[in-house]
Amino acid sequence: MNVIAGARDLVTRHLRESGIFFAFALIVILFSVLNPNFLSPGNLTNIILQYSYILILAIGMLMIIVAGHIDLSVGSVVALTGAVSAVVVIRMGMPWYMGVIAALVVGLLVGMWQGFWVAYVGIPGFIVSLAGMLLFRGMTYLVLDNVSLSPFGGTYYQVANGFSNGLLGGEGFDVFTVLIFAIAVVGYAVSQWRSRQGKIAYRQSVESIPMFALKIVLVGAVVMWFGYQLAQSRGLPLVLIILAVLIIVYTLVTQKSVFGRHIYAVGGNRHAAELSGVKVRRINFWIFVNMGFLASVAGVVYSSRMNAAQPAAGNMFELDAIAACFIGGASTTGGVGRVGGAMIGGLIMAVMSNGMQLMGVPQSIQQVVKGLVLLLAVAFDIWNKRRAAAAR
Amino acid sequence: MSTILEMRSITKEFPGVKALAGVDLEVTEREIHAICGENGAGKSTLMKVLSGVYPHGTYTGDIVFEDETMDFGSINDSEDRGIVIIHQELALVPYLSVAENIFLGNETRNRFGMIDWDSANHRAAELLARVGLHENPTTPVAQLGVGKQQLIEIAKALSKKVKLLILDEPTAALNDTDSAHLLGLLRNLRDEGITCIIISHKLNEIADIADRTTIIRDGQTIETIDMADPSSTQDRIIRGMVGRDLENRYPDRTPDIGDEVLRVEDWHVDHPTQAGRNIITGASFHVRAGEVVGIAGLMGAGRTELAMSIFGRSYGRNIRGRIFKNGKQIQVRDVAEAIGHHLAYATEDRKQYGLNLLADIRHNVSSAGLGKLSPGGWINGNEELKVAEEYRASLNIKTPNVLANVGKLSGGNQQKVVLSKWLYTDPDVLILDEPTRGIDVGAKYEIYTIINKMVAAGKAVIVISSELPELMGISDRVYTLAFGRITGEVPVAEATQERLMELMTLERDQPLPTKETNS
Repeated sequence: MNVIAGARDLVTRHLRESGIFFAFALIVILFSVLNPNFLSPGNLTNIILQYSYILILAIGMLMIIVAGHIDLSVGSVVALTGAVSAVVVIRMGMPWYMGVIAALVVGLLVGMWQGFWVAYVGIPGFIVSLAGMLLFRGMTYLVLDNVSLSPFGGTYYQVANGFSNGLLGGEGFDVFTVLIFAIAVVGYAVSQWRSRQGKIAYRQSVESIPMFALKIVLVGAVVMWFGYQLAQSRGLPLVLIILAVLIIVYTLVTQKSVFGRHIYAVGGNRHAAELSGVKVRRINFWIFVNMGFLASVAGVVYSSRMNAAQPAAGNMFELDAIAACFIGGASTTGGVGRVGGAMIGGLIMAVMSNGMQLMGVPQSIQQVVKGLVLLLAVAFDIWNKRRAAAAR
Repeated sequence: MSTILEMRSITKEFPGVKALAGVDLEVTEREIHAICGENGAGKSTLMKVLSGVYPHGTYTGDIVFEDETMDFGSINDSEDRGIVIIHQELALVPYLSVAENIFLGNETRNRFGMIDWDSANHRAAELLARVGLHENPTTPVAQLGVGKQQLIEIAKALSKKVKLLILDEPTAALNDTDSAHLLGLLRNLRDEGITCIIISHKLNEIADIADRTTIIRDGQTIETIDMADPSSTQDRIIRGMVGRDLENRYPDRTPDIGDEVLRVEDWHVDHPTQAGRNIITGASFHVRAGEVVGIAGLMGAGRTELAMSIFGRSYGRNIRGRIFKNGKQIQVRDVAEAIGHHLAYATEDRKQYGLNLLADIRHNVSSAGLGKLSPGGWINGNEELKVAEEYRASLNIKTPNVLANVGKLSGGNQQKVVLSKWLYTDPDVLILDEPTRGIDVGAKYEIYTIINKMVAAGKAVIVISSELPELMGISDRVYTLAFGRITGEVPVAEATQERLMELMTLERDQPLPTKETNS
């Protein structure tokens, strides 16, 4: 098989997954044509800083949605955890890490609370989290006494606004950033190579060496270009490191671990999962605890980014996170979806918001466009499924 | 008698697949016409063409109904002409009443555009009387059993002035009494002038009721036979369906029975929600290595409930009794423990309880034995693929690829995936609940062969089935279950359908026959 035929085969076989990549690439190209500043180093850095917390929420939300639930409370949990952290750091004057710990503990408690009602009492996640949305928003107001707390300042502020920059110097760009990206690309290439070797050892068919090399080079080029752009701006955002670690860990957990597989089994067919020895309640409990944890991480990142805790923080975040999952190919009935897809879905939302802001599109139109994109993405997904079913 | 329906060289293609390749069907007025064929032969596709589910233009060929060429654009068009199809999966709304269901989509309105419920309920009662169902039309459908729901579907069809009634596997989910009632009703309807097309896998049922039978194989009509003709035997139908002689419907096996593997003593189970209602009462049975034990019982006897309550208390509450594995008493408190004790239970309802239809074959095969693939909680994906491939080959799952979705497989192949899943857990005891339900003749034979391989490997197999010939064909010993009690234990050599049926219908207050054999 020559390279082009191989590439075409790869694309058609994975249209469902690749469709969303193409859409993303198309949107990026569109905005970069419409506005030359769009791909500038400064703006790329901004996109990451502005939307990292949505992506963090989308990771947890994806697992909830795959299991067949929904969580409407995450926006309120972001606010509550940020508020608790602000009280600890600003009002009580404790060090920054105490604020982070307090936020994470609150997030875990919130997750356990919701997980208990969903898993052990059997109330649908929609209801539990609708209640939670009110509950935790109200608690945020209580904790903050209805006023904003600011500024965090210091190290806490650096979590979402800091950069690792200048560690190794460089003329006009940060060598350290480029080095980190280079290590990431090498790590990617090595893990892909090992996976390929593993497949060969099991006598599975693998893509040809040129195809394999092309894939690595393409991915590597895009990543390195992105790294180079960041290096020209302010360097490597700390929050990008947090995000990258979370994405890698949760991709592994969902795709490679027994726990992750059980989430898909529960979402795909709860009864069959139960009769296959899956402890369904335990799975449901832990994915909500996990959601609470990730919501608190997002809460820390968001309060740090704002350098303040506000009573109305995180409003509507849940909808962005849910939209990211569905644009990224998750099924509304559960059982289907990937962390990678949700990340692309979240980036599509991020890129569109940012691109339209750069062009000065009014907020009202932005909302209309985002709503339409969500609708069309899911419509495309359904159309694609029907096409696949008809091809049988 | 005149021809009411003629379908001429119907061809229907899906991308890449020719589902129907020139089928001819000719149905005479006032007859019961059976259509036989293996799963995937094209029966359901043909009926969807006829009823307008696949609209005119998506197929080639002609449909002539009452001497007019039809071009149905939708199911409403065919219903307007009096062609009504009742699907295998009943299309009733559980929380609506009987009358509401009967007139759903077809409501009669008074001059204010509102539904006149008094007249609707009255007309529903008339229709119910016609189908021999004595229920209040205001009863919610969910409170009625499957057999009665089937009758409501027919009443619904009658309300639409049906001339040609199509039934897809109408008795698949019914017990013998309900089946007999339904078949009797079809005869009455025929005598009243309604023509019926019935799709069924149950050949004795077809022999019993059909006037003529059309056999379809690979999207083509093989032949139409007159059932009054003495040469129209079940063997002839099977030959037509599978395209070869099926010498023996049950593969031979020489029993090689070893030690007792599982013994259940004095097993009691109560209903999960209705307090105090006993579902299983004092059941005791055992099974030995290399033995196939059948459990015969009518629907509602508690067969599935017995199996599921043993399998990690998956059914019922207040479960009492003792389970012994290899002579030692064991605790089986949840499914994980059951799997740990090397028990396996393949459910009667593959789609609802057996498979994750969204996942591929590979993930379904590994779903119960995932621990074996996952040292430290991380799945070895390559090993998983290898395992799935091995079962695909050894159980002959017909698919180009184990990465294909399970939802797209035929019933027989889905069942093989379920069996693969349980075989991968290394079970000593397999409980197979209706292992051949909804599976065509050829695949049934394959499933029996797989069961034989299991026992040859020293496993103990318990088969629950409502088909007595099947139980007698594959078991070594048969227990009968009636109203939650084990009413008898019969070595297969002494078993006759009459004898088993007698034991299966023993009521709760009747004394058990004295046990004459204890093998």
